[in-house]
Amino acid sequence: MITLQNITKTFKVSKRQAGFANAFKALFSREYELIHALHNVSFTVNDGEMVGYIGPNGAGKSTTIKIMCGILTPDDGDCSINGRTPWRQRIAHVRDIGVVFGQRSQLWWDVPVIDSFELIRDIYKTPQTVYSKNLKELTEILELGEILKTPARSLSLGQRMRCEIVASLLHNPKILFLDEPTIGLDAVSKIAVRQFIKQLNVERKTTVILTTHDMQDIEALTERIILIGRGQVLLDGSLAELKSRANTDGDNAEEAVAALYKELKI
Amino acid sequence: MSLYIKYFSIHLKSQMQFKSSFFFTTLGQFLVAFVTLLSINFMFARFDSVGGFTHEEVLLCFAIIMSAFSISELIARGFDQFPNLIGNGGFDRALVRPRNVIFQVLASQMDFSRLGRLLQAILVFIYVIPSSSIDWTLPRVITLALMIICGGLLFFGLQVLYAALSFFTLEGLEFMNLLTHGAQEHGRLPFSVYGDGILKFLTFIVPLALIQYYPLLFLLGREEAGIFHGIAPVMSLLFLLPCYACFKLGLKKYQSTGS
Repeated sequence: MITLQNITKTFKVSKRQAGFANAFKALFSREYELIHALHNVSFTVNDGEMVGYIGPNGAGKSTTIKIMCGILTPDDGDCSINGRTPWRQRIAHVRDIGVVFGQRSQLWWDVPVIDSFELIRDIYKTPQTVYSKNLKELTEILELGEILKTPARSLSLGQRMRCEIVASLLHNPKILFLDEPTIGLDAVSKIAVRQFIKQLNVERKTTVILTTHDMQDIEALTERIILIGRGQVLLDGSLAELKSRANTDGDNAEEAVAALYKELKI
Repeated sequence: MSLYIKYFSIHLKSQMQFKSSFFFTTLGQFLVAFVTLLSINFMFARFDSVGGFTHEEVLLCFAIIMSAFSISELIARGFDQFPNLIGNGGFDRALVRPRNVIFQVLASQMDFSRLGRLLQAILVFIYVIPSSSIDWTLPRVITLALMIICGGLLFFGLQVLYAALSFFTLEGLEFMNLLTHGAQEHGRLPFSVYGDGILKFLTFIVPLALIQYYPLLFLLGREEAGIFHGIAPVMSLLFLLPCYACFKLGLKKYQSTGS
């Protein structure tokens, strides 16, 4: 179970005007701007749930994910995931989670994917039997086969993303965080990834938290949506609730979300 | 440790993908070190001694610093590249894996081309150890080993410090190179050559003299050098504590980068 209570996080960002004179001035006195990335964010996710975490760029989605993964320490508030505080019990916590950052790779660039998988197995100390079983199942479902022998740098984005997902599931995590897993993928790969995530959630009862800008992801996958804007949770409910909140005619989720962003001025 | 070997093999596999690139950078590293060696030889073509040290003695000093530095670069290159690791999100990835963070940064990069420098240092050792007038007693051999090992660790500590600072700022870190690459460059001469002030700084603030000047006096059997000089490199390891503390502090303040 995941519980967040009043999580607050502020970043200190130095800023200056453009130009050489201002750059010189910044050498001696810096102006800082405090950015309130998250402000009193609270929600609970039960085991086996699949939640879509949405919001416009800069709303604080990635920051929340990073806090839940133990990468960032919040300024204030509590977070408990399966009874642990991520940033205090980092190593025990990350054993139970899998993370896919859509825009970042976790594979070693110049070696065949299978070599990366084996190193990941050793990093997580996954027993060989568990590893082989997972690898066999996952490669079958995602149709990886020969791709595993190719260096990661030569893969297409769609192929690579499927490998990324396998890499983060080899150690049987109870929770999977997906940060924009379908970004930049073609239609076929997108559907393959979506189907796979759905199957994972149903068959293995893996809790999935998914951030995305693609409303089709949300429509295909999640029953529950958490909408975040300006660092605050603005809506926590189903897609139907979101649509009715948005007061748009028609059934288009994309338009509903856009209208909602506008209405809430986020 | 066995995991480190696995990382080692994956890096080796990666670098072997680009054979000629690997060969040329190794050669380049060798040549860079060779130029430094030449400059020492030119200096001694004009002067018999520098700051009271003979040609052989300076060469010994050169080989010690060079080997300590190249070992630390070979093993702990990840810290040297740390700002990049933060910038490209590699550090976030390290944080979501169930292993010690310092270990993962250490293993994130290995630069085998540094073998070029190490090779050079070894060649100089082969030349200078028999030709110098040093009587190689057991304590002296131990001191020499300590100088290289503790020297490597001290350079490693400086790199950890460098990494710690890059948690706070990603700019203006060049001055740290003064202490790592700079020390390696200037460390070819015993630090006493640079005057009393610098020697004091390198004794009490950044204890590079503890792995170079003082134990060197012991190796050379100078009158003023006692056993305390011989074990000075071990004392220098105290410097690792504040380096580690700074890194821990930086980790707490870590802000990550946007995705």
